[in-house]
Amino acid sequence: MAEVIVGVVVFPGSNCDHDTEYSIASFEGVRPVMLWHNDHDLQGAKAIVLPGGFSYGDYLRAGSIARFSPIMQEVIEFARKGFPVLGICNGFQVLLESGLLEGALSRNRDKKFLCCQTNIKALNCSTIFTSEYKKEEVLSMPIAHGEGNYFAPSEVIESLEEHNQIVFKYSDAAGMVTDEANPNGSLNNIAGIINRQGNVLGLMPHPERASEKLLGSLDGRPLFESLYKHIVEA
Amino acid sequence: MPYTAKIKVTLRQSILDVQGKAVEHALKNLGYGTVESARIGKYIEVTINEQDLLQAERIANEISQKLLSNPVMENYSFELEQVN
Repeated sequence: MAEVIVGVVVFPGSNCDHDTEYSIASFEGVRPVMLWHNDHDLQGAKAIVLPGGFSYGDYLRAGSIARFSPIMQEVIEFARKGFPVLGICNGFQVLLESGLLEGALSRNRDKKFLCCQTNIKALNCSTIFTSEYKKEEVLSMPIAHGEGNYFAPSEVIESLEEHNQIVFKYSDAAGMVTDEANPNGSLNNIAGIINRQGNVLGLMPHPERASEKLLGSLDGRPLFESLYKHIVEA
Repeated sequence: MPYTAKIKVTLRQSILDVQGKAVEHALKNLGYGTVESARIGKYIEVTINEQDLLQAERIANEISQKLLSNPVMENYSFELEQVN
């Protein structure tokens, strides 16, 4: 069987790119390919992941400069054609800056850079990224960010809720979506959203850091597995 | 002669400015009881090599919208000064 290629974009400052590569490479028949920010070639990838970390020092705003990098022009085109694009943490910030997803991420409510395990609730399990989760399943994944406080005008939030585009919300271990379970002040406890077409997902928690037993949680793995099934079976 | 665009980017009032809050608390701790609030923004100077003021203004607007600010959570304003 021919290998399916998944592109992992590398910006100057990306630091979860190899964790993401490792998570993708664990699926048979899939080959991760690292895509340099200054290139234009997506190398035949069937899906693209924008990894966590930083990009261009996060100068100005996280993701704002990365959004104009040469590779992002191709990724935006790729996403508009309906191919899967996943943005994790800084990758989510890049997706918002590029307009592929709606809203913005500002500084965490409590001023701190947060690096801890969180619980998130999977609310929409009929997407190509979440088909392997059970609806309302509570997942344990780490977050590591200073700017993860999701904001959007109220009409955007209403529209996201209405169209089932809020895929993950921060919750407690029992699945209650409470303010205490909200680590960064995100509106409506939003941890991850998908676009209306269902091919672009961004989330602040790190599924690639929860994809190996040794790391304390395997809850991120079904996300890659969902994507894997989608692109291999497609 | 080129123009310098002096661009200010500020967080919208509805957005919590945690840096501003920290500074506000520090000022109050310093004893400035009449300080009511502090908000932090960005100041960016861009030199634009255009002879025409309207053209320089158009560019300053465009770059502010496209890159220097995020309209979802920020506002911008600028002044243009001719460089001698």
